[in-house]
Amino acid sequence: MSNKLGVRSAIYAVLIIVSLVYLVPTFSNKLPEWWLKFLPKEKIKLGLDLQGGMQLILEVDTIKAIEAEIETAVEDIKDELRNEKIRYLDLKRNGSTGIELTLIKDEDITSFENLMNSNYPDYVIEHGDRTEKGRAIRMVMQQSAIDNMMKMATDQALETIRNRIDQFGVNEPYITTQADNRVLIQLPGLKDPDRAIKLIGKTAQLEFKLVDEANNVNDALAGKMPAGDEVLYEIAFDPQTGKSEKIPYLLKKRSSLTGKYITDAGVKLDSQYGEPYVSLTFDRRGARIFEKITGENIQKRLAIVLDDSVYSAPVILDRITGGKAVIENIGSTDEARDLAIVLRAGALPAPVKILEQRLVGPSLGQDSIEQGINAMILGGALVVLFMIVYYGLSGFIAVFALVLNTILIAAGLAGFGATLTLPGLAGIILSIGMAVDANVLIYERIREELRIGKTLRGAVETGYERATITIFDSNLTTLITAVILFQFGTGPVKGFAVTLTIGIIANFITAVYVTRVIFDYLVINLNWKKISI
Amino acid sequence: MQIIKPGINIDFLGKRYYAFALSAICIIIGMVALAVNGGLNLGVDFSGGYAIQIKLPSAHDISEIREAVTPINLHEGDIQTIGGKDTAEYTIRVSQSENINADTLNEDLLRVLTAKFGEGSTIESLDMVGPKVGKDLRNKALAAIFYSILLISVYISGRFEQKWIMSIIMAVCFIIVVLIGISFGASMTWLILIAFITTLVFCWVLRLRYAMSAILSLIHDTLIVTGAFAITNKEITLTVVAAILTLIGYSLNDTIVTFDRIREHLRNIPGKKDLAEIANRSVNETLSRTILTSGTVFAVIVALFYLGGVVIHDFAFAMLIGTITGVYSTIFVAAPFLLLWKDNPVKTGKKG
Repeated sequence: MSNKLGVRSAIYAVLIIVSLVYLVPTFSNKLPEWWLKFLPKEKIKLGLDLQGGMQLILEVDTIKAIEAEIETAVEDIKDELRNEKIRYLDLKRNGSTGIELTLIKDEDITSFENLMNSNYPDYVIEHGDRTEKGRAIRMVMQQSAIDNMMKMATDQALETIRNRIDQFGVNEPYITTQADNRVLIQLPGLKDPDRAIKLIGKTAQLEFKLVDEANNVNDALAGKMPAGDEVLYEIAFDPQTGKSEKIPYLLKKRSSLTGKYITDAGVKLDSQYGEPYVSLTFDRRGARIFEKITGENIQKRLAIVLDDSVYSAPVILDRITGGKAVIENIGSTDEARDLAIVLRAGALPAPVKILEQRLVGPSLGQDSIEQGINAMILGGALVVLFMIVYYGLSGFIAVFALVLNTILIAAGLAGFGATLTLPGLAGIILSIGMAVDANVLIYERIREELRIGKTLRGAVETGYERATITIFDSNLTTLITAVILFQFGTGPVKGFAVTLTIGIIANFITAVYVTRVIFDYLVINLNWKKISI
Repeated sequence: MQIIKPGINIDFLGKRYYAFALSAICIIIGMVALAVNGGLNLGVDFSGGYAIQIKLPSAHDISEIREAVTPINLHEGDIQTIGGKDTAEYTIRVSQSENINADTLNEDLLRVLTAKFGEGSTIESLDMVGPKVGKDLRNKALAAIFYSILLISVYISGRFEQKWIMSIIMAVCFIIVVLIGISFGASMTWLILIAFITTLVFCWVLRLRYAMSAILSLIHDTLIVTGAFAITNKEITLTVVAAILTLIGYSLNDTIVTFDRIREHLRNIPGKKDLAEIANRSVNETLSRTILTSGTVFAVIVALFYLGGVVIHDFAFAMLIGTITGVYSTIFVAAPFLLLWKDNPVKTGKKG
């Protein structure tokens, strides 16, 4: 018996030492070299609600990504049909996932189908009625292609956002996709949330569009929009009046060049006025396109458009070789820096919308930790006081188990890499209150057994035996709810579920098994006949 | 030291009708408050909108704060002070609106506050939950409540009655009924009501009386805590739902201990058994532990309630009410409900 007791003591001693080892990194600022090499170095991670920071959930407008894809396909198909000399009318996007057109000659149907099937396998071709203009045809994107494209758009959005955040500089950001088209972003310790939101949320679709100087913008605004044109605005901010003004531009709808050819972007300062501007470098293909456009349109104006708003529309003075361009009229240096970041990181495949934003200031997080710890100290003190007053030495043993329990919870958090949130802290406090329940159940049972005249040794044995089943059972129901909360909870609540779960398991080990070792040692090895209980 | 003397024998069950009346009154007051307030005060997690906590360099009237935030369209919100008179912390709650510029809200708010109240004004926290996410979170909370009821019902009926197959059949029926409810587009409240009623009907039909009594006492506790939130018009947040679910799991502990004792006696006492007498004796015998175990939890929750800070306050409030009703319902609801069946004495579960 005493031999087995030795084994049991050794097991729990090892468990406690391992737990303490896991806790060292959290409570030590500087660990020695050899420690870092061989022993755990993970600190307990604090949730955003405790360390401050921002969490965003973004929704990627994946339909827009598909529409953009179809718009590109429409332009490409136009070129291909022209090359093959297939005559068509009214080729345009139909709804969000289809293309419609009219083929003038029925003889062209076969060659049209062959061309489409080999170049656009994602589309199903549907034949409509023959009208006086020709044969109506619809091309509908297959569902599998749509799903695939939506998923890719979300993944690409995530990558782009990750790039932007990395370049913006945030410590340990956490970015992941959620559901089908959502991106969850956690930025701990963030100082400037609005700037981060602007940086993350900007689509950053950069386009260069020629200004239509053959037509008048006012006519277009009055309703006579020339074919293939659109009106976009420049927001001009007058620092003297403090008012902003919208200047309309009549532009060719088709963009001559887009931001996808950008290889680098950086902030420079204007040598004359010290105003910031962003310089762009295109890759070889982009440089060739840029050279061609500028060469063909000398003395015309080329508008620089970002997310459908015009930054500037300089006159092309000469053919530009070498693939460099600048964006002026930006504003502050911070804005220029952020613009350079988004241009370098690339455009989002589709616009994003903020579905949820949670911001916790650093002082609130600090206050929460302090208040939580105060509550823990007071709550713990009340429990300790009660147990010792009510059960004497046995109460003291329970308190020892309680301390071990708290150590195990903290070590569990560090060891499993779980995140401690404010409700999680509440969960630990709650665990402290619940932990002694097990001891109360055991002690009350032992008292009953002693009352009916059993010896201390017999009473301890029966008491533990009977109470263990009950403790297991009653903890199981709490465990069920903790697991469900973990499954369905978000962020902070999940943290609560984690600490509660670890707390219940740790409690079972310490309150039932560790105290049993101590009692067995006292009543068997030391042969105590009486104990204050 | 002892609080409850070993030989104690209070006639709890004899007073059960007074207890039922008291419970009924408490629940009715809660439900009336619920009706008067037009439902529960759902927090920003579930209803969507903005919840902002600000700190000012010195205390000010709510009307001054309202005036300050008028230019950025937060003035229609519900503005409250937190805590005592000395603290200058306030919450602003406002529903989603076209007029509020979400992208620059943090910056804008800080600007107007600093302009009016001076440097040192800070935004402690800002939560924006869009309608879609609000709906998602509602559904998640619903799912959590639903699965808790499901699993706990299955566990209770299996555990108390040793009829695991029956309890699984019950679970299946339960899911079918709820799926039908979902297909008819039943709302969150209705689904949970349906879930509860189904469970009770099956317990009744299958004669799972321990399970039914335990579940009734859980419903009792949940109604009282919900009622307390209705009366005080406190917000139901995700954390509060977590607290209520934890309570459901925790308050069952005492009931399990007491019911175990009742069955132990039913097994060990030969001859004719008077269930009322046995139940009352069991409640008395376990009274000490029921009160002590809940007492220690109660102590830490009181500490949490007074020292834990604003964010955790409502969580602690729910737990506080819940631990009290948990003890009460074990003694005055769960055990007495066992006596409601006419064909006493009940057979023990073990014998089948």
